[in-house]
Amino acid sequence: MNLTLYVWRQAGPGEPGAMKRYDVPDVSPDMSFLEMLDVLNERLLERGEEPIAFDHDCREGICGSCGMVINGRPHGPQRKTTACQLHMRHFRDGDSIYVEPWRAAAFPVIKDLVVDRSAFDRIIEAGGYISVNAGAAPEANVIPVPKDDAEAAFDAAACIGCGACVAACPNGAAQLFTAAKITHLGLMPQGQAERQRRVVKMVAQMEDEAFGSCTNHRECEAVCPKGIAITTIARMNRDYLKARLFGKG
Amino acid sequence: MWIVDFFRSALGKKAVMAVTGVVLFGFVLGHMIGNLKLYQGPEKLNGYAAALREVGAPFLAHGEALWIARLVLLAAVVLHILAAWQLTLINRRARPVAYVKQVSVASTYASRTMRWGGVIILFFVVYHLLHLTFGSVHPDFRAEDVYRNVVVGFQNPVVSLFYMLAQLALGLHLYHGLWSFFQSLGMSGPRLDVLRRRFAVLFALVITAGNLSFPLAVLSGMVS
Repeated sequence: MNLTLYVWRQAGPGEPGAMKRYDVPDVSPDMSFLEMLDVLNERLLERGEEPIAFDHDCREGICGSCGMVINGRPHGPQRKTTACQLHMRHFRDGDSIYVEPWRAAAFPVIKDLVVDRSAFDRIIEAGGYISVNAGAAPEANVIPVPKDDAEAAFDAAACIGCGACVAACPNGAAQLFTAAKITHLGLMPQGQAERQRRVVKMVAQMEDEAFGSCTNHRECEAVCPKGIAITTIARMNRDYLKARLFGKG
Repeated sequence: MWIVDFFRSALGKKAVMAVTGVVLFGFVLGHMIGNLKLYQGPEKLNGYAAALREVGAPFLAHGEALWIARLVLLAAVVLHILAAWQLTLINRRARPVAYVKQVSVASTYASRTMRWGGVIILFFVVYHLLHLTFGSVHPDFRAEDVYRNVVVGFQNPVVSLFYMLAQLALGLHLYHGLWSFFQSLGMSGPRLDVLRRRFAVLFALVITAGNLSFPLAVLSGMVS
C-alpha cells in the first residue's frame, strides 16, 4: 500500500506546530497503525530527520498508552479498537490519513502526538480507590457480590484511561473516564464506605482540571475502545446529586 | 451557602438546566394544548384566556396566579440561560485548539445546535411577547380579543414564517433537551433508556406539530 500521511509535528510543549505531509510507500496491510509509524520513523531516521513521537506500550489494546486522532476519530475508524490494534488493511491503497494528538486544554501536547494525561491521574488520586487495610488478601467469597453488579462493575473497570473520550468530546470533557471509575467502585460492596465522598472529590478534581462539561453528544461512548457506556455518566450524576443534595459530602 | 457551591459545579449547573428546562417544557406543552382552543372558535379561546386570569380563585385575586406563573417562568429562563452561558464558556476553554480533521460519530444535528437554537428561541420568545402578549409590534392589537390578535397576526406570511422557523428550532431543542433532562439528573436504566428517548421524540413531535398548525391554519384560511 502507498499512503499519504499528514501528521501533527510539534517540537515541544507550547511550541508552535503544524501538519506535515509524509509519503509512505510499501506499507503492508498486516501492519498495525503503530507499526506503520515505526516504519515511517525508521525511514525518517535514515534520512536524518526527527522521528514522530507517539505514546505506546503494550500494543495489545489493554494499557491505554497509545492514542491519536486518525482521520478525525480517536483511535481511528474501527470501533472498540485502540490505535495499536488497528491494522492497515482497514485503509485503502492511496488513502490520505490525518494524524493528530488528543486536543484538549487538560491534555497539553508534550511533543508531536504525545500529550500529558496526568490530569487523569489526579482525578484518580482524588478518590478513585477504596481504603483497605493492607496485609494478607481476604478470602474472596466473604463478601458476596450480585452477579449483575459484578458484570456491570467489570464493564466499567475495562476503562484503560487512554483519553479517547476527552479527545472525541467537542467540550473536551472527562465525564466518561471519571464516571467509569465511579461506577466501577460504586457498584462493589467494598466501594460503599467512600461512595459519596468519592464522587464529590473526583468530580471536583475533574472540574478543577481544564476539562469541559457534558452536553450529551455521546461522541465519547462511540469512540471508547472499551465500549464504556454513558449509563455510567448518568450514574455519576445520580451519585453526585445524592451526595450534594441529600448527603453529608 | 451550599446551593451557591452546588451551582459553581458544572454538574450542578447541568442539574439546574435540566430542572429549569423541564419547567419550561411543561409550560410549552400547556401553552400548545391551550392554544388548540383556536380551533373551537373565538368564544372558547377568549374565554380560556380570560379564565387563566382567574386561576386559583377565590384564594388568589384576578391575575395573581398568572403573575406567579410568569415569575416562575422568568426565573427558569434566567437560570437556564445563565447556566448555558457559563457552561459554554467552560467548554470553549476546554478545547482551545480545533482538529484539522474531525468526524462526528454519534452527535446529532439537534445536539450540535442546542446553543444557537436556544438563542433563536430566546429572540422568538421576546418577539412573541411583544407580538401577542403586549401587542406593541402587532398591527391591530386588542387585549381582550386573543382570537382576533392571533388571526390578524398570522395573516402576515413573514410573521408566520418566522413563527414556524422558531417552532422547528424549539422542536430540535426539545428533542435533545428532553432526553438530556433524564441523563443530567441521573435517570437511567435499561428500561428507562428506551423510554426516555421515546418520550423526547414524542413530545418534541407533538409540540412542534401543534405549534406549526396555528400559523398554517390561519395562512390556509382554515381559521379566520
